[in-house]
Amino acid sequence: MTALALLPLGGCAALKLGVVNHAGPVAAGQWHLYLIVGAVLVFVAGPVLLLVPIVAWHYRLANKDSAFSPKWNFSWSLEGLIWIPPTGIVIGLGILLWHYTHRLDPYRPIASAQAPLEVQAVALDWKWLFLYPDQHIATVNELDIPVGRPVHIRLTSGTVMQSLLIPQLAGQIYAMAGMTSQLNLEASRAGVFRGENAQFNGQGFQAEKFDVIARTPAAFATWVGRVQASNHPLDAAATATIFRRSVLPHPVAFSAAPDDLFRRVLARSQESRR
Amino acid sequence: MTQGLWPALLGRFDWQALPFVRAWETPTVSEIIGAGAASIVIVGAIGLMALLTYLHAWRYLWKEWLTSLDHKRIGIMYVVLAFVMLSRALVEAVLMRMQQASAIDAPGFVEPDHFAQLFSTHGSIMIFFMAMPFLTGVINYVTPLQIGARDVAFPLLNSISLWLTGGAAGLMMVSLVIGRFSTGGWSGYPPYTELAFSPDVGPDYWIWAVTLGSVASTLTGLNFATTIYKMRCPGMTLMRMPLFVWTALCTSILMIFAMPPLTVATALLALDRYLGAHFFTNDLGGNMMMYANLFWLFGHPEVYILILPAFGVYSEVVSTFSSKELYGYTSLVLATMAIAVLSFTVWVHHFFTMGQNANLNAVFGIATMTIGVPTGVKIYDWIWTMFRGEVRFTVPMLYSLAFMMTFVLGGFTGILLAFPPLDYLVHNTLFLVAHFHNMLIPGTLYGMLAAYHYWFPKAFGFRLNERWGRISFGCWVVGFYTAFMPLYVLGASGAARRTQAFYEPAFRPWLYVAGVGALILLGALASLFVQLWISIRDRDANRVFAGDPWDGRGLEWSVSAPPPEFNYAVLPQVAARDPFFDGKRAGDPYAAPATYEDIEVPRNSMTGPVIGIVGAALAFALVWHIWWLAILCALGIVAAVIARSFARDVHRTVTAAEVARIDRHWRAAVAEAKPIPRHIETTSANRGLAEVPA
Repeated sequence: MTALALLPLGGCAALKLGVVNHAGPVAAGQWHLYLIVGAVLVFVAGPVLLLVPIVAWHYRLANKDSAFSPKWNFSWSLEGLIWIPPTGIVIGLGILLWHYTHRLDPYRPIASAQAPLEVQAVALDWKWLFLYPDQHIATVNELDIPVGRPVHIRLTSGTVMQSLLIPQLAGQIYAMAGMTSQLNLEASRAGVFRGENAQFNGQGFQAEKFDVIARTPAAFATWVGRVQASNHPLDAAATATIFRRSVLPHPVAFSAAPDDLFRRVLARSQESRR
Repeated sequence: MTQGLWPALLGRFDWQALPFVRAWETPTVSEIIGAGAASIVIVGAIGLMALLTYLHAWRYLWKEWLTSLDHKRIGIMYVVLAFVMLSRALVEAVLMRMQQASAIDAPGFVEPDHFAQLFSTHGSIMIFFMAMPFLTGVINYVTPLQIGARDVAFPLLNSISLWLTGGAAGLMMVSLVIGRFSTGGWSGYPPYTELAFSPDVGPDYWIWAVTLGSVASTLTGLNFATTIYKMRCPGMTLMRMPLFVWTALCTSILMIFAMPPLTVATALLALDRYLGAHFFTNDLGGNMMMYANLFWLFGHPEVYILILPAFGVYSEVVSTFSSKELYGYTSLVLATMAIAVLSFTVWVHHFFTMGQNANLNAVFGIATMTIGVPTGVKIYDWIWTMFRGEVRFTVPMLYSLAFMMTFVLGGFTGILLAFPPLDYLVHNTLFLVAHFHNMLIPGTLYGMLAAYHYWFPKAFGFRLNERWGRISFGCWVVGFYTAFMPLYVLGASGAARRTQAFYEPAFRPWLYVAGVGALILLGALASLFVQLWISIRDRDANRVFAGDPWDGRGLEWSVSAPPPEFNYAVLPQVAARDPFFDGKRAGDPYAAPATYEDIEVPRNSMTGPVIGIVGAALAFALVWHIWWLAILCALGIVAAVIARSFARDVHRTVTAAEVARIDRHWRAAVAEAKPIPRHIETTSANRGLAEVPA
């Protein structure tokens, strides 16, 4: 009972974690599209939801006042009504779909005056390793980004296939071993957003979550400086630890990361491809 | 380690594979649940055997049912299998819901590994061993009767299909008792299911169960496509066939073309796991994207295999219980065919997030939306069928109405998901889970339950209890909404599917409501069993031997309930759609034939059970690497096929005198029965003879 009473409150709280509470241009575009398509579909589903109960009840056996024509089985005008408008709606939605699929393509760079921040994401069991090639630092289970600047993530996997999802910023894309996929996103306000792997990958799957921390550009620069000065390099030993299957209790940051780590993870599968 | 007698005899087996041993060593709730499930399987099997022995029913069961090639009995056995597997998979679903409701910032009571097995078996069973057997059983029972045939084109193949399905389902049950099941989900994506990440027996169980099931379905498809093309009675042109037969035909065609990709996918995965091939591995040139394409090349048509027969059932039910011709027969046929063809053009929408370019995603997104048009047309056709009819709210009709109202919501979210940019956000979340349950429960399951209530009197000669039917219906509908609408919200909030625990307190109320919904659904299944029990108890008050309890329209209602083994004493002649309904109004549909002839029916055969059981044993041997048994079973199957090829005496003749006796007995019962009007059809007055309004 209490749960039911709390439902409206709880519902809002839950949806705040998702695209409804979008925090960047990509997710905002997606939410906008949800509203458009949803509005159109109300007119598609509405007639059925109204007609089914009305027709069934009006023509019930007990109702002696309703017409009965057991042989009536076709009408060209009705036929036109159920084929043509839906086809028209699908054509319209198709045009919309084409446009938005290109506009919100995860590989499409976000138009901006600033060059994007390059991030390399490596999916591991059961954690995400984020490498910042230009800053030469790395984080595990925490993605730090500056507000207002596009972020360009290249993803691969050091293990099974995984899927990177940050509902408030952008949709998901798979990370697969030996291949790179890409994701472009941008945060338009500062905050902490939930990120996760959405593709089941074993024992620690439910714990494979990370925070995306969006800071003002100045605060981001400060953070980078702090990490670089922390004297905690991602050396061979640390790398081995990170690549081992485990759930980490809390996020980690590394002051120095080898420039070729991403390439090496990729090559582990590609070497053997040739 | 590989030296010695035990490994040679028992392959990979060790005591740790038994859940009782595991529960004894680490008595956690999770392990005890596993041991409990295994106990239920063992106790159930032993109890059933003891009961059969006590009733001296072994001989009867073997002679009359297990070796039968009669399509009606095979159909019934399929449906029984579906109900058994439905019970298990629904209990698993409830366990998962309870775990998620109790695991918000807490460990819950089911371990992650155990939870992963639960969602993998739940999905695999519900698709391959609940929905498929259910619809195959209904098609088996109804199709030959509706087209005026005495049996299917290949009766023995039919039995083999049944037993391969049964053997595969048995393998799923064995996995509860010995070893573990796969944790890779019902789709078994590599590389997770490869040796490098899942070295245990789990994925092997999944591979061989699914492979047996997919081979069985391919054979079923061949069998029924041939039956429908070749075995129709005189005058039964394609455009006079009942809509259910059309959907059975489309489903059969889909089975023929969609099942092989699955068989190939699982076979290649097996090659990876058994012979060190590298089709889908991370290294040495493997690529899991090939698997995703192969799997969904099967997987998408599969969901239409599941839904089309249900559409056929709704067409029959709505028309019958509106006392009215089906509106727009031709457009329904066209829509069915359009859906069948389009189902092969949309598979990429299952992995929009794999990184194809926008053009490709957009093309497949638009193709996906296109399927919405013929589907919408069908719904409207059923509405216009009720229009100017006389609608009776019997249980099958209630399911049909609930389906129309609920399926539209699933279609709504389906179109949302067809937009790649929207799919990016909710793919792999509970939103997707809610969507496909929203299609499969009101679509397939309600359709099959409607079929069960609608044709049960035909199959067993008495009606099911109406009151408990309504209680069960209410639970299925209310339970569905309570269990799955919250999942839409959770998914839109970014809750991943297949998650054993949550860390967001905000999810709590929704997970609680979904948990309650799961319990209501369990109540729905329980009421179905109560209904069956009560119906059997009161069967004498509800007999409909005359065979036409609903004022039916097709040929299947023109014979006794249950029908004789040969279906028709004299093959019917058809001149229009709805031949029986019109015949009742045009004259005497029960006029006795002048002469009777000998009828040949297929003799029982043990080939089906042998191939099914030995096939399951072969699969078991492969799972556990018991090579001697595998070789023996493979040879056994070949031997069974060869032995059958020497059998010449495969028909039994029912003499004309016997046919006449059976037929006249039924006609006498019809002559004695009192025709009843429609408003008392759900009462005991209904003896299976319909009053024809003047």
